[in-house]
Amino acid sequence: MGLTRKIAPFLFLLPSLLLLTIFVLFPVANTLYLSLINKNGEFAGIENYAQVFAHRDFWSPQNFIEGKPPPYGALIHNGIWVLIHLPLSLFFGLLLAVLLRDIKGSAIIRSAVFLGVVIPMIVGGVLLRFIYEEDAGIVNAFLRFIGLGHLTRTWTAFPDTILIALILGSVWIWTGFSMIVYSAGLEGIPVELFEAAKIDGASRMQTFWRITIPMLKPATIIVVTMTLLWELKIFDIVWVIQGGGPAGGSMVMAVLMYLFAFVYPFPRADYHIASAIATMLTILTFGFAAYLVNRMVKG
Amino acid sequence: MSKLKLAIGAWLEEAKSRLSLTNFLARLKSIKKFTILTHILAWAVSLIWIIPFLGVFMASIRPQQEILNGWWNFEAFNPTLEGYLGSLTHSTAPLSRALFNSLVVTIPSTFLPIFVAALGAYSFARFRFPTRDLLFFVIVLLQTIPQQMVIIPLFFITLRIGLWNNYLGLILVHVAFALPWQILFLRNFFSVLPVEVEEAALIDGASYFKIFYKIVLPLTLPALASLTALQFVWVWNDFFFAVVLILQTPESRLATTAIPAQLGRLEPNWTILSASSIMVMIIPIAIYVALQRYYVRGIVAGAVKG
Repeated sequence: MGLTRKIAPFLFLLPSLLLLTIFVLFPVANTLYLSLINKNGEFAGIENYAQVFAHRDFWSPQNFIEGKPPPYGALIHNGIWVLIHLPLSLFFGLLLAVLLRDIKGSAIIRSAVFLGVVIPMIVGGVLLRFIYEEDAGIVNAFLRFIGLGHLTRTWTAFPDTILIALILGSVWIWTGFSMIVYSAGLEGIPVELFEAAKIDGASRMQTFWRITIPMLKPATIIVVTMTLLWELKIFDIVWVIQGGGPAGGSMVMAVLMYLFAFVYPFPRADYHIASAIATMLTILTFGFAAYLVNRMVKG
Repeated sequence: MSKLKLAIGAWLEEAKSRLSLTNFLARLKSIKKFTILTHILAWAVSLIWIIPFLGVFMASIRPQQEILNGWWNFEAFNPTLEGYLGSLTHSTAPLSRALFNSLVVTIPSTFLPIFVAALGAYSFARFRFPTRDLLFFVIVLLQTIPQQMVIIPLFFITLRIGLWNNYLGLILVHVAFALPWQILFLRNFFSVLPVEVEEAALIDGASYFKIFYKIVLPLTLPALASLTALQFVWVWNDFFFAVVLILQTPESRLATTAIPAQLGRLEPNWTILSASSIMVMIIPIAIYVALQRYYVRGIVAGAVKG
């Protein structure tokens, strides 16, 4: 009995540990290893990483510094993606969650907004490409409608506009996530708090800033970390629309990694460069991931 | 008779007053301005999400020429099922085959990990052993690993053991990637279940595995809906594993990998592409609509995927 009690927990864990070791843990270690050796199998230190930074599809800040339109390279594109997408997703998610609280038909609206998170990202990419088309796209129809007809173009076909078009499109796809988490957060705030504020004569704005926002802190933490992970790993929508192009205008880290590993023909294909990009991507996400997981495990 | 006339007259009066504009405005006034404003704003904002979905549906039932003039133009309107037929029988990426292949991969990838994860989660929830908390933390952390960080070795491993371009290999990868979040989800679920029944069974001489199989596993049924909904949608929607681990041929492509193949390099055929989009996304949407409550519960519980 004593022996069984000691072995039992590991027997229960065995299938999980086996699968995780073969298909997750070993590959992670192997990718890290590949990023540190060269094509001859010799230890290369940070050589591959230096090569990644020397590649203009990863790092070309000249245009950025001079205030010219993209391409700036994948790393800066991912950074811009975070800077624009994160605040907008938070804002629209919170706005919708608050707005929809006492709206007739809110269940329908919520479901429609949340569809972006439910559908395959590949389909999301097709939808974005469609709405940005010069003649067939609704975005240009809207621009013509409000008198900005001179701006119309296929937004995803030019290196200087594709990045911002995709970022705004990804806000459209992802807002449902922050809305759903914020909606759940709002439901968790005790009604008594709002009633007490009302009795004390607090205005709508005061109630919002002093009660709603502070009480939504746990929801905000989930939304911010998950959104960061999602943005940094963005792949499908970029790949299906222009594969990182045109002229590197929509290149992001995940796409560049895929190009080096599985698309470029030899001798340009390079598993070591690809592994170095993957490792950097993982390091970038790791801090947020560890923070979030730590909270989830404790909660 | 006069009574009936009176009744009809009164009814007509009331109907008129209901229809009159002044009365309508008076009724509106009784509702707070703020409420009206938020309703208008909410529905206006939601149009941003509804219109593109409406657009892709309209495009899927109209010929390419009409779409190029804008799917919102109805001067010529000749609804057609050509898009759906063309997509299902597409020469380089027939969606009929791709949808079937996706089901072949998704169904086992949805149900297999639940059993494996339940075993692991039970161990974390009911036993104390050295390194337990650290091991748990590491396993849960694995769910945030980007797919890019594992894909090159996975390509070579599956090639080495003969599971590359084999749905079994793809299924095993999906099972492994589902374990971290499902173990977390189920451990939290088991932790709040009362242990008394299991302790009584233990005293009666039941083995640990029998307790798990007979008592604990049936109790996971309420959690099953969340696990199934999220995992099914995730596997169905996955593109990255499917495009690397499966050779891209008309016979072997999955639903998500068929779409870029149909997109091609030339001017896309929006009728076919829209029809494909509808058919590929309708399945996760149906799962979401059917299991909405459980789906959202899983999301809010913090189901992260690499």
